Amino acid sequence: MAAVDIPAKHDMAHGDDHDHDHEHHQSFIRKYIFSEDHKTIARQYLFSGIFWAFLGGALSLIFRLQLGFPKMDMTFLKPILGKWIQEGKLDPEFYLALVTMHGTIMVFFVLTAGLSGTFSNFLIPLQIGARDMASGFLNMLSYWFFFLSSVIMLTSLFIETGPAAGGWTVYPPLSALPQALNGSGMGMTMWLVAMAFFIVSSLLGSINYITTVINLRTRGMSFSRLPLTIWAFFLTAVIGVLSFPVLFSAALLLIFDRSFGTSFYLSEIYIGGEALHYVGGSPLLYQHLFWFLGHPEVYIVLLPALGITSEIIATNSRKPIFGYRAMIGSMMAITVLSFVVWAHHMFVSGLNPFLGSIFMFLTLIIAVPSAVKAFNYITTLWRGNIVFTTGMLFSIGLVSVFISGGLTGIALGNSAIDIQLHDTYFVVAHFHLVMGSASFFGLMAGVYHWFPKMFGRMMDDKLGAIHFWGTFIGVYLVFFPMHYMGIAGFPRRYYSFTGFEVWKELYLDLTGFITIAAGFTALFQVLFLYNFIHSIFRGRRAPQNPWRSNTLEWTAPINPGHGNWVGEIPSVYRWPYDYSKPGAKEDFIPQHIPLWETPESNLSHEIEPGAVGSGGEKVAMDRQGDIEAPTIVNNKEEKGRIDVADSDKKE
Amino acid sequence: MTSIILGVGVVLIVVILAMIFRVQSLISMVRGTPTTRETTSNKVNAVMWMVFLVLGTIGAVWSSIVAAEYFLPEASSPHGRKTDDLFWITMGITGAVFFATHVLLFYFPWRYQFRENRKASYYPDNNKLEVIWTVVPAIVLTLLVLSGWKVWRDITTEAPEDAVVVELIGQQFQWEIRYPGDKHAVIGKSRPELGAFDFRLIDANNIVGIDYTDENSFDDFMAREIHIPKNRPVLLKIRAKDVLHSVFLPHFRVKMDAVPGMPTNFWFVADKSTEEMRAELNNPEFNYELACTEVCGRGHFSMRKILIVEDEAEYNKWVAAQTPWLSRNRGYLSKVPDNLREKALRVIGPEEGPSSTDSVPAEDAASVPAPEAKKTVKMVSNPGASVEKPKTAQ
Ligand code: HEM
Ligand SMILES: [Cu+2]
Ligand SMILES: [Cu+2]
Repeated sequence: MAAVDIPAKHDMAHGDDHDHDHEHHQSFIRKYIFSEDHKTIARQYLFSGIFWAFLGGALSLIFRLQLGFPKMDMTFLKPILGKWIQEGKLDPEFYLALVTMHGTIMVFFVLTAGLSGTFSNFLIPLQIGARDMASGFLNMLSYWFFFLSSVIMLTSLFIETGPAAGGWTVYPPLSALPQALNGSGMGMTMWLVAMAFFIVSSLLGSINYITTVINLRTRGMSFSRLPLTIWAFFLTAVIGVLSFPVLFSAALLLIFDRSFGTSFYLSEIYIGGEALHYVGGSPLLYQHLFWFLGHPEVYIVLLPALGITSEIIATNSRKPIFGYRAMIGSMMAITVLSFVVWAHHMFVSGLNPFLGSIFMFLTLIIAVPSAVKAFNYITTLWRGNIVFTTGMLFSIGLVSVFISGGLTGIALGNSAIDIQLHDTYFVVAHFHLVMGSASFFGLMAGVYHWFPKMFGRMMDDKLGAIHFWGTFIGVYLVFFPMHYMGIAGFPRRYYSFTGFEVWKELYLDLTGFITIAAGFTALFQVLFLYNFIHSIFRGRRAPQNPWRSNTLEWTAPINPGHGNWVGEIPSVYRWPYDYSKPGAKEDFIPQHIPLWETPESNLSHEIEPGAVGSGGEKVAMDRQGDIEAPTIVNNKEEKGRIDVADSDKKE
Repeated sequence: MTSIILGVGVVLIVVILAMIFRVQSLISMVRGTPTTRETTSNKVNAVMWMVFLVLGTIGAVWSSIVAAEYFLPEASSPHGRKTDDLFWITMGITGAVFFATHVLLFYFPWRYQFRENRKASYYPDNNKLEVIWTVVPAIVLTLLVLSGWKVWRDITTEAPEDAVVVELIGQQFQWEIRYPGDKHAVIGKSRPELGAFDFRLIDANNIVGIDYTDENSFDDFMAREIHIPKNRPVLLKIRAKDVLHSVFLPHFRVKMDAVPGMPTNFWFVADKSTEEMRAELNNPEFNYELACTEVCGRGHFSMRKILIVEDEAEYNKWVAAQTPWLSRNRGYLSKVPDNLREKALRVIGPEEGPSSTDSVPAEDAASVPAPEAKKTVKMVSNPGASVEKPKTAQ
């Protein structure tokens, strides 16, 4: 086949197992299963995430059938669902279980683990110029805790009493009392245990990401030269480290209430013909703890997607990202603010209305940095020279759904308006666009963009384009109409609306339409799966730098081995967005190209060609630093020093 | 059936498309990597953005016009009309931003699609622009927040003294409704007050746990439907027996969670009676409804109650026609402290006519002291049924 290989200096693309040649031999198990290589771990996360995405999507299709066609005979699902189908009808409690598991899977297993786990792991070392994560071992543990968590969560789908069913937020008392809900028995226990392991996994991962970004950047890779992807992963990890422990404590207290008779969340309950002993607890305490994670969680899934998008939009617009510093600033603002808005989920929970006012103010403040990001993306496109790779299509799509979903957040964040909209389909529409679809698009963009680096081959971009357009049109067809239902007051987590005069005859066509659109969207994901698997084995071989990108990962061999770079790790001399620089021969100048090699394109504040100072470290100053200190050591001498440094770093 | 055909059709189309593109990409592989990025597919994708923009705009506008027919009618409460206004103002502003940003977002990709002979402009930042689009949204948002905050503050202030009180109690999967009754004068009170309650007092009859050591409880009555007077503040006192529930009155833009162990409340004024609404909607069947909007288990979707708004005179008539719960469940007089029993009897009046009971559960009978032993309690067979049926003669 006309595979196009452009071997780099040290390229070893011709054998997938080339590290056997020069590294200690690894058993299959150590190499592919209990691997400590960040790239392998990233691929493990990706495969797991894709598995979960299909499962989570399938669950949503089942309950969408119920919503769209309430009169439908579902006997044909009996082979899969067994006793949950009675007389052709979906069991209402299992409906709730489906919704709950769908939400849990999508938020945590797909968009937290699948997105952050995949790309933080894959890109952090490759883009900052490191051999691997700070601790390969912890990284491996992180994946396997996630795996354990996955197994438990998956098993809970099949147990007698069904999985957890109180919504992905699992509010007590519902989630604490098996008398109240079958799913609150064994299923809920498994949910809690799975989430505990998940949190451990997430923390191990995040600590690693933070440590690696702080400590293992290559020479010259100052924070102000980090690609926005890395900034995003870094800040995401910071959010995770600060918020997941709170969910852990929330879960722990819930476990105590459920199993050891404490009353953290429970009080004055009469159920099943008896008054329970709990007094003094507060269900609101749980909500505070949950949303203290829950809201940051939204950004945990979103920021990596935004980071990926920043990188891809800049690369494929052949333009620097507009407002690099503003982008970092707004991500930092989002990071901080994401911790002080949680109670906007609780405006009508019985929260003190004064607190409600405070949280309304804080919530609408967070809209500002988000708006800045959207404007910056759009301006990056302006006067670009845009190449529509599939990654780019998904990135532009992300900006669209991010705007659409973000704008409705302005209505929801207003506590007066939220009285009516809370827990209606308006919310479902809002978060599916801004969190679900945006992050999902980020995930897809990342997969298409970094597939060549992950698997050494290209995905088919025509199929990719079809996948994109089908998905993009599909998500709007599915989620846009849900706003209408929300405005008409349709409550969420409802098995059926036929009991209410106000809703029973409304939007009957529309709900059916949404379900069909969801099926249509799902079909395009099958196309993706085909493209993905096929390309792993049969895709066109990837060139060295398929998107003509500036970031460091494209200087590593096409199939990087353990340690990523053969020989020295490249140094970094510029920010990652020197696209279409005036005077440059090409429309990109990778980060590892020294300024002295590009006298024709250097800006006035950048280094004078030939200027030589002392201390190679100086090059590592940020761009502003360069203004004052255009100092560069002699080329040869510096290379030598890097070699030494590298061999130190490498075991 | 049609949907199956539709589904199969879509599958076929997808498969065929997949084949075509597979063949195409095989061909392109043979040809090698294209030397230019100005490919046909790049152009097609560029055009698609504009197509999407145009069709999407048409679709969004058309569908929202059609869908608007079913949006809830104008709020039946003054605060609801305010929040509706806020909502539509916010939607207007965000809608304009939505449209403007999307025009740019979809136009730029088409306008600036890859051309071999063009170079993108190196335009890394512009502080002035950044400041503008930080400050302008900040100002707009501040205005929105301030207007929202004023409305929110008014909605959440203390209820007026003279508000009509209704207690709503959520339980799986049913709402209970309790009123303070109108016999407060008898116990020397100037206004109706709800009696105390305690979850430990809940039993098969006293399903909301009314505490009869509190004299305010004596005239409390339970209702099957919520009745409220028009144009008077109504204070909903909300609580839950088992798990979280949430009171949602869509037409009044009222929503508040019911929390076990933490009573909540919400007050509002209904200014459109059920009759007026029926006339307005031209639907003689119309009724205001109460729904539950906090997931509470299997029957969450079925927690419905009817709410009737009527003129104050009619409302008072309705209240007057209700009998205190105690007078129908005289066995509970035993729970009344001795010093208040006489008061209680004055409130509930003498036993009306021949009254008594069908069956007495053993333990209940045992707990009832001698004087009341003959006036025993009617066991409500379904604890969900909120209202006692009239007693039959023994
Ligand atoms: C095929 C695509 C999808 C469809 C058709 C879909 C549909 C739905 C619907 C209709 C509900 C509300 C059900 C109810 O309230 O009764 C729901 C809930 C939810 N979905 Fe999705 N969804 C999809 C993808 C996603 C994605 C990608 C995410 C990732 C964030 C997601 C996250 C959630 C969450 C968190 C809930 C709330 C669960 C709960 O109420 O506990 N969904 N989904
Ligand atoms: Cu939030
Ligand atoms: Cu409910």
